[in-house]
Amino acid sequence: MSIESLPASKSHSWLEKWLPIIVLAVVGGSLPLWGDEFFGTVGTRICVYWMLCAGLNLVVGYAGQIAIGWVSLLTVGAYTASALVAGRITPEIHPYLALIVAAIFGAVSGLIVGLPALRLRTFYFAMTTLGFSTIVTQIALAWRSATGGGVGIPGPLLPEPFDTPWGLYFFCLAIAIICTWITCNIASSRYGRSLIAVRDAEVAAEAVGIYKPGLLVNVFLLSGALAGIAGGLFASLQSYITPEAFSFDLSVLFFIAILIGGRGSILGPLIGTAVLTVLPDFAAPLVQWSTFVYAVLLLAIVLLVPGGIADLLDFKNRRPLDQHREIRPRPELLPEIMGTEPSKSLMTLKGIVLAFGGVRAVDGVDIEIRGGEVHGLIGPNGSGKTTTLNAISGYYAPQEGEVIVDGTNITRLGAHQRANFRIARTFQTPRIVGEESVLENVMIGGTNDGQGTFVEAMLALPRHRRDEARLHRDAMTALALVGLERLADVRADRLQHSELRFVEIARAVMLRPRFLLLDEPAAGLSVDEIRRLGALISAIKAQGTGVLLVEHHADLIFEICDRVTVLNLGKVLASGEPEEVRTHREVVNAYLGA
Amino acid sequence: MIESILSYGIALGAVYALIGITYNVMYSSSRVFSFTAGTMGMLGGVLGSVFISTMGMPVIVGFLLTVVAGAVLGLLIELIAARPVLKSLDQHLYVLSTLAVSLAMLQLTAIYFSTDAVPFPRVVPFDTEFFDQKFWLPILACAVTVIGLEYLSRRTLIGRAFLATAEDNYAARALGLPEQGLRMLSFALAGVIGVVAGFAAGQMMFASLANGPLLNFYGFVPVALGGMGSNRGALIGGLLLGLFQQMANYFFGGIFASVAVFVVFIVVLLARPEGLAGAATPRRV
Repeated sequence: MSIESLPASKSHSWLEKWLPIIVLAVVGGSLPLWGDEFFGTVGTRICVYWMLCAGLNLVVGYAGQIAIGWVSLLTVGAYTASALVAGRITPEIHPYLALIVAAIFGAVSGLIVGLPALRLRTFYFAMTTLGFSTIVTQIALAWRSATGGGVGIPGPLLPEPFDTPWGLYFFCLAIAIICTWITCNIASSRYGRSLIAVRDAEVAAEAVGIYKPGLLVNVFLLSGALAGIAGGLFASLQSYITPEAFSFDLSVLFFIAILIGGRGSILGPLIGTAVLTVLPDFAAPLVQWSTFVYAVLLLAIVLLVPGGIADLLDFKNRRPLDQHREIRPRPELLPEIMGTEPSKSLMTLKGIVLAFGGVRAVDGVDIEIRGGEVHGLIGPNGSGKTTTLNAISGYYAPQEGEVIVDGTNITRLGAHQRANFRIARTFQTPRIVGEESVLENVMIGGTNDGQGTFVEAMLALPRHRRDEARLHRDAMTALALVGLERLADVRADRLQHSELRFVEIARAVMLRPRFLLLDEPAAGLSVDEIRRLGALISAIKAQGTGVLLVEHHADLIFEICDRVTVLNLGKVLASGEPEEVRTHREVVNAYLGA
Repeated sequence: MIESILSYGIALGAVYALIGITYNVMYSSSRVFSFTAGTMGMLGGVLGSVFISTMGMPVIVGFLLTVVAGAVLGLLIELIAARPVLKSLDQHLYVLSTLAVSLAMLQLTAIYFSTDAVPFPRVVPFDTEFFDQKFWLPILACAVTVIGLEYLSRRTLIGRAFLATAEDNYAARALGLPEQGLRMLSFALAGVIGVVAGFAAGQMMFASLANGPLLNFYGFVPVALGGMGSNRGALIGGLLLGLFQQMANYFFGGIFASVAVFVVFIVVLLARPEGLAGAATPRRV
């Protein structure tokens, strides 16, 4: 059976991807047919807010950063465009050019306000965005020559034919559609998947080679640029701006619109933005209470429906799954992903020492992992097996010793750089992005081989499309390899534990690993599944990959390992061929038992 | 001149320190950072003004009612914003739930009180010659709170139980300490400290809605820089922050003061995310 005949619902996912744009274009485009000029103004406002929210959605909904002070970027964009068009700093500038400058200033501000997120977590980052927005308002008040201070300045008037209310509306709608298109492209690209991976499974993201700072810098630049344009058009819409127009309530609206919409969705936040913008306009008594209503909505979302609107619309994942599923790996598919030339590498661990306080968890361990061999790493609990794996993955920097791959010392490299050496791994507790489909989880494994840049992904240029096609094909093959292709479209958190173990292996295989580190892959598997796992590992080994297998199932170890190292209290107790180790007296005493 | 900077700076610093301690008290018992800390400070001023000026109550009655309201609100915050999200602390949902409660409190104040600053009544009936009560009241409140907390944790059983839950929640529960009761108590205590800060600072900062976000930020700066959970850090950091702000304000203007505080805050945190006195947390695989 070839991969093409597998049930991958291509047309379905196409609709899913472009639905936000279709909704926006159809509803927005037909607005003049069913609404009066008042509707037009509200519609313009929705479009302007959505430009900002579309970018913020990548920061909040995808990257999971709690950015609550985003109104500051709207302020920057609005004052930049207004001051430039009015000629308060420079000679008067054409409105279109001013919008572009506003986007640039917005992008730079987005970077400044976002940078702390690379080091700080949640509450701290939330506070810095709040602090930033306070400061921007204060500067706007104080820098009178440019901003008019508390008196304010007129917003830019766009040239014909966009100088009428309906003209401005269509201009904003067009830009809002472009913004949606860009964020849809990013969201469905490897960058979008990486963002979610960083959010929900940061450790696994590093292991597949995702570099969080680089990724976030791109996203903050993009989000800032969109907010800058939104700011410029906001000033046009208001026709006159003062610092009071940029109240904290607006920040709250943006932030809550995304959470109500749901994390990791675009249609949801789009609906959320529209609803929250319209709410005070069409329920006059609510105006005073709008922020209170937002606050209550936020609390309700957090406590009752953490998935937001997107979750309510996700009908696909409510269909029950087949209860009696069997995992049937097909190791013969391996060459289709891994390629056919088995190149053998060598990894050497020399005298690795890793101490936590006074405890020497790993105390001078030497291991040699050869390509085309399975190396078992066994020992009692707490003997340092996982810690050794973590030293190879770069999660811990050893105090002494070296990790050398084919002559290159990688001991001091960052965790995300290990993927360049084609070192893949799985985890003792599967690190999976539960909210993404199984297929997307596996595609994350191939992130490191993508060629297209962030900008190419944004604009869906050919090189990026080739990346995606290849990732999709390889991931389907990898899923067929581990026998889970029928679950490709299912949300990963609906799978059983044993299936997640195989998803992790499929993800690791996507890296075409020269070394594969498996941390207790058989834990929680049935006897049949363990047997199939053994066959799969043997097939991976036959591709020339060096496998380091941490396991407690002695049967599996002695059946498939070419070499076994036994750890005890952080030291190597014995090492050699399985038969030697099995009969080693100290090993029997310390671990195996008679 | 210099004494006005000093007295104003130290008094303001004492308020920041108190709000910092409010953050700490909630954090210690639950590992929850709460956006409500500064909001409680704002409410202290607003409630005091309502009870005493608007409703004409005697100062002492107004103060006691404010304290009771603070305790009740603290309990409500625990019930609504903290307890439901404790199960999944690693998802940091408390950032959102406490933000929501804080926003709701702010908006209710805006609707039922005022969005403008309202003067706060005199609290002490006599006047001192050189050092006005609007400056020494917050300092006194801060001193009493710090000494009281110190006494509580060193000399009383309940204080030691607090320390135990703060140190290791699981172990404390295993010992049979009533973790939930202690958490509720600490949120009530935090509420009281927050409103007392706002009440004592009322004459200096007025009863004003704008104090909420302001205190949220400037109360957080000292604890973030000093290390979360450390009251000593909050006290020293708060006083330094208040003095620095007043000096920068006087010599360079308000904008410079805000920008400078913000820059220092970010730079220090980027260099040491765990704060100057905090310990780095180990990694997680």
